[in-house]
Amino acid sequence: MEQGSSMLKVSKELCIGCGICADNCPFAAITIEDGLAVVGESCNLCGACVENCDVGALTLTVSGRKAQEDLAGWSGVSVFCEYRGGELAPVSLELLGIGRKLADQRGVKLSAILLGFETRETASLLIGHGADAVILVDHEALRDFRDDCYAAVFTHLVRQYRPEIVLAGATAIGRSFIPAVATTLNTGLTADCTKLEIRDQDGMLLQTRPAFGGNIMATIVCEASRPQMATVRPKVMKALDFNADRKGEVIVVKPPVNLLQSKMKVIESVVGQASTVNIQDADILVSGGRGLETAKGFELIKKLADTLGAKVSASRAVVDAGWIPYPHQVGQTGKTVAPKLYIACGISGAVQHVAGMQSAETIVAINRDEHATIFNVADYGLVGDLYEIIPKLIAKLEERRRL
Amino acid sequence: MKIIVCIKQVPDAKDVRLDPITNTLAREGVQSIMNPYDQYALEEAVRLKEKCGGEVTVISMGPPQAEEVLRQAISCGADSAVLISDRAFAGADTWATAYTLEHAIKKIGNFDLILCGKQAIDGDTAQVGPGLATRHGIPYITCVQRIRATTETGLIAERMMDDGFDVVAVDYPALLSVVKDINEPRVPSIKGKMKAKKAEIVRLNAQTIEADPACIGLPGSPTKVVNVFPPQARGVRSVLTGTLDEQIDQLVEKLLPYL
Repeated sequence: MEQGSSMLKVSKELCIGCGICADNCPFAAITIEDGLAVVGESCNLCGACVENCDVGALTLTVSGRKAQEDLAGWSGVSVFCEYRGGELAPVSLELLGIGRKLADQRGVKLSAILLGFETRETASLLIGHGADAVILVDHEALRDFRDDCYAAVFTHLVRQYRPEIVLAGATAIGRSFIPAVATTLNTGLTADCTKLEIRDQDGMLLQTRPAFGGNIMATIVCEASRPQMATVRPKVMKALDFNADRKGEVIVVKPPVNLLQSKMKVIESVVGQASTVNIQDADILVSGGRGLETAKGFELIKKLADTLGAKVSASRAVVDAGWIPYPHQVGQTGKTVAPKLYIACGISGAVQHVAGMQSAETIVAINRDEHATIFNVADYGLVGDLYEIIPKLIAKLEERRRL
Repeated sequence: MKIIVCIKQVPDAKDVRLDPITNTLAREGVQSIMNPYDQYALEEAVRLKEKCGGEVTVISMGPPQAEEVLRQAISCGADSAVLISDRAFAGADTWATAYTLEHAIKKIGNFDLILCGKQAIDGDTAQVGPGLATRHGIPYITCVQRIRATTETGLIAERMMDDGFDVVAVDYPALLSVVKDINEPRVPSIKGKMKAKKAEIVRLNAQTIEADPACIGLPGSPTKVVNVFPPQARGVRSVLTGTLDEQIDQLVEKLLPYL
């Protein structure tokens, strides 16, 4: 009988066909056929037969979520470094910053796992930002992002180097393939962490993350399996300054070719204006809502954004109205952002919107309705017509910049 | 084409709160809704069925009342519904949930496509879809914003990326997780509502899906929640005073560090 990865086995060599197990089975799941015990469908793995077998012919393995026995055999912190289209994702350096701190606390090594194609000098950049070692797989098969291929290579490396902690960015790529790695390794994974600490008494990784759109914070541990895996939101952790004197080892790995095969084919990558679209990477966001009254209103939003070196985001209502494309949407069914400054213009502040932006460091709200709920989360609120306020704001900011 | 859609019943965002005594989520008295992302997955499945023929089965793991979202799914065009419910599933994390759904789907039978929402709005993890596909050993595409083409053997989809989008082809069987941009879900028809009312919901539990008790629910979950707490309250708000022009001046002062 097999259930999941658990099973009851009968040894043909040891079984003497005495029938004691069959008599003791509360589920009548065992029969004796041709002098051997045979386990049937109704077995529920209770183990009564195993205890009663005088010759030790029955073994029960209940696997699954039992504690791994070799926890101590896993050591070190590994960070996934994301490389796409000739560029390292900025979150990679942030991960090395927190990874360095965790590794020092644990007294272990910090390694960067860099996957990509034509990564050139990136490995030395990672060392300068805190990695003791870079495990590099540079292969054409990793040029396009294909989940199965990335997951297979990454899983292979984790099995080989056995880090106790694995971190990845909560980016489109990280959130897509890291769950496959955790599934294959039979270990836990915590998404979108905003805080990572080592628990004093036992060295476990405490992983804190927002849930329910940031209304609740939860601290999560993965006690009995390794590695402890987490994805980390961009912009939350701080990268270390580059230090050219730092020394580290670059380990070039050639993975088995079968791991580089994929069931996915990337036909093309359509890169938008990344500078304007990736709102999760922005330090400042100027966000427009229904209060703009027309799609043309985004021209004004764009102007304020340009003044501040910001990117443009939006509420759901105006995305649904087709005034601005979906990648700009902030909120529950859009993106979660945590910029240093978020300026909400003509956004009423529905709970679904607030869920996506309440982690911003400073929030400014401009709205005609003084009772708008956006003012409940705003650090600075201006009640009035945004078409009057924003042009004045732009003019005054420009003026101050010239001073 | 045989399509399975995974849906989750979630508490409505506006009702979420912590039980002050147990520090766990208070689910009683909270309005429940179909996870918004799952509505897009369901709509896409129904559109594929209308285009290519086939059938749509919706499945949900949850308490008995999750039957409501399954009936809602039937009213929106699903053909059959399966409720995977057992007290033993309680407290499952994403690993244990993917395990449970995998076993339930094996019981349900063959499929060409599994559709999921990108993530559920309560946990926001986006991990169950990829986990489920990995357990089945099938390819998956996350954050699908458009299905460009379908053929007898597979499909081509656009996957939202941080820097734009990728156009990705996979063969069936496969799993897709979808984002809001993919479609606009329909409202249920009167006929659909009648059908939903009469529909028989298939019920599966831990035993009927042949789940290993060590792999489900809280005992089967590698991650454990050790603390739940409200987020840090936002700092004291500064009130801008005076005429509108004076207020704008004050705001400019506050924004100077960002220039």
